[in-house]
Amino acid sequence: MTVRRVMGIETEYGIVVPGDPAANPMVASGDVVNAYARSRGIRPARASWDYADEAPLRDARGFDMGRGQAHPSQLTDVEDPTLANVVLTNGARLYVDHAHPEYSSPEVTTPRDAVTWDRAGELVMREAVERLATVPPGVNLYKNNTDGKGASYGTHENYLMSRATPFASVVKHLTPFFVARQVMCGSGRVGIGVDSRTPGYQIAQRSDFFEVEVGLETTLKRPIINTRDEPHAVADRYRRLHVIIGDANHADVANLLKLGTTSLVLAMVEADALTDDLGVRRPVQTLHEISHDPTLQTKVELADGRRMTAVELLWEFHDRAAAFVEDRSGGEPDPDTAEVLHWWSTVLDRLGRDPMEARREVDWVAKLAVLDGYRERDGMGWDDPRLKAVDLQWSDVRADRGLAHRLAAAGRLEVLVDDDAVRRAVSAPPSDTRAWFRGACLERFPESVVAASWDSVIFDVPGARMLQRVPMLEPLRGTEEAVGDLVRGAPDAASLLRALATVAETPADPQGPDPAP
Amino acid sequence: MPGQEQIRPQRRDGEPDDADAPEPAAAATSAQTSEIDDILDEIDGVLETNAEEFVRGFVQKGGQ
Repeated sequence: MTVRRVMGIETEYGIVVPGDPAANPMVASGDVVNAYARSRGIRPARASWDYADEAPLRDARGFDMGRGQAHPSQLTDVEDPTLANVVLTNGARLYVDHAHPEYSSPEVTTPRDAVTWDRAGELVMREAVERLATVPPGVNLYKNNTDGKGASYGTHENYLMSRATPFASVVKHLTPFFVARQVMCGSGRVGIGVDSRTPGYQIAQRSDFFEVEVGLETTLKRPIINTRDEPHAVADRYRRLHVIIGDANHADVANLLKLGTTSLVLAMVEADALTDDLGVRRPVQTLHEISHDPTLQTKVELADGRRMTAVELLWEFHDRAAAFVEDRSGGEPDPDTAEVLHWWSTVLDRLGRDPMEARREVDWVAKLAVLDGYRERDGMGWDDPRLKAVDLQWSDVRADRGLAHRLAAAGRLEVLVDDDAVRRAVSAPPSDTRAWFRGACLERFPESVVAASWDSVIFDVPGARMLQRVPMLEPLRGTEEAVGDLVRGAPDAASLLRALATVAETPADPQGPDPAP
Repeated sequence: MPGQEQIRPQRRDGEPDDADAPEPAAAATSAQTSEIDDILDEIDGVLETNAEEFVRGFVQKGGQ
């Protein structure tokens, strides 16, 4: 029983060309990706994406949506050479998704590593902004999830889980958890309603954009539980739970809790350990109501008739998780699990006493403290554009302009991962997943890797008649421990492929190369 | 303050505090007030000079 599992965070960044609101965001997003790729010596024509295994229209409930039924924005696997798309040496994917630059973190195994490589993505975006600033007007990027005018863009979490777990159990238990989770993990937003038509402040960036309980869509009729079933791994063994309801975080504690508490609840679902039902009535409406009440007094109505606040509902999940961990670990949880449980109870405790006490740990509280300061000092109403500007500039990726970065630098946010570790993660992959093999191959043999994806690396080596595709369908293989000596010992890609082929029968994996399709 | 252990207080049906306004608690110390003042002074120095134009120009296409 642990928070550890294969996980990752993908973030679409808001993009602005200063002084030119009509600028084409797809072109600007391509500029971001290409500027960063050039700064790292990556040629986008190489190290591109291998789409062979992508199936975004597969539904976890067991059927495929016909391509004719799909909204064009759901077709993420159509290769368009005009869209920039690169794989980084840290194992991440940097590309243009719809009209935003997106950083998809490499696969990690702990919430702490998820925070580290998520923040590495901010440094990637910051580097791109600095490069582009040399040709005015440049481009500014924002790690947020809405423009306050009706558009939203996602920060998605991914969790590898057992295929054996019935999806109905995931829906049953995660729905009430996600309805309440925002009070720990929301990033705060000025404006109520998707287009901010009602002045005010709410807890989460994304909540108003969710309209249904369960579904496949991610860009319209957004569901609390997303059913996209695209495991990027051995499909009869694993499911990738694709969570689209979260906000982008700057506060390390909130980000850690977002991943860690969700992983714990999922572990209880997989173990069938949640025997009672914490289901809430009218989950979509309740999600909105909780987000709209920063006093946290709104009561949730459970299916069994009990009424409690979101904080109290989260305590119900916390207590079950703590008891489960205690029981399964003999009272000695691993450090990652202990850290998540510590912050989970600490943050709930503070939110329950006075939400403002969590301003060092939780984004929406930190932001609200600043906004309330302005309201008090300058007598601003919630419709004052300066408050909206604070809300947006909060997430500017630049160290000097981004208000969250200013607060963190001034010691006003709890920092769990130091800046040096984040800087290393810009170049270095996590050591304990297949991301290590992916990143190390790009670092060592950039001339030979023609494409990569979550579950493959494709090589073009001199003398070979065909491209060589190395499948990586087991996310916990291809680690530094398993193949580090092989990769570092190979003088060139051809030698590496030969060495891999000879150990393909051992569990070291990645499996030996196959001819590419 | 960071990381300090907390004794969990009574959690159910906590007394409604501060009515509806999400203001800092009435018990806010002057230290907390001056902390916020310091933050505001710092932010004043970097905030977009034309907030209205900045907000109006922040237009995104929807994503996922």
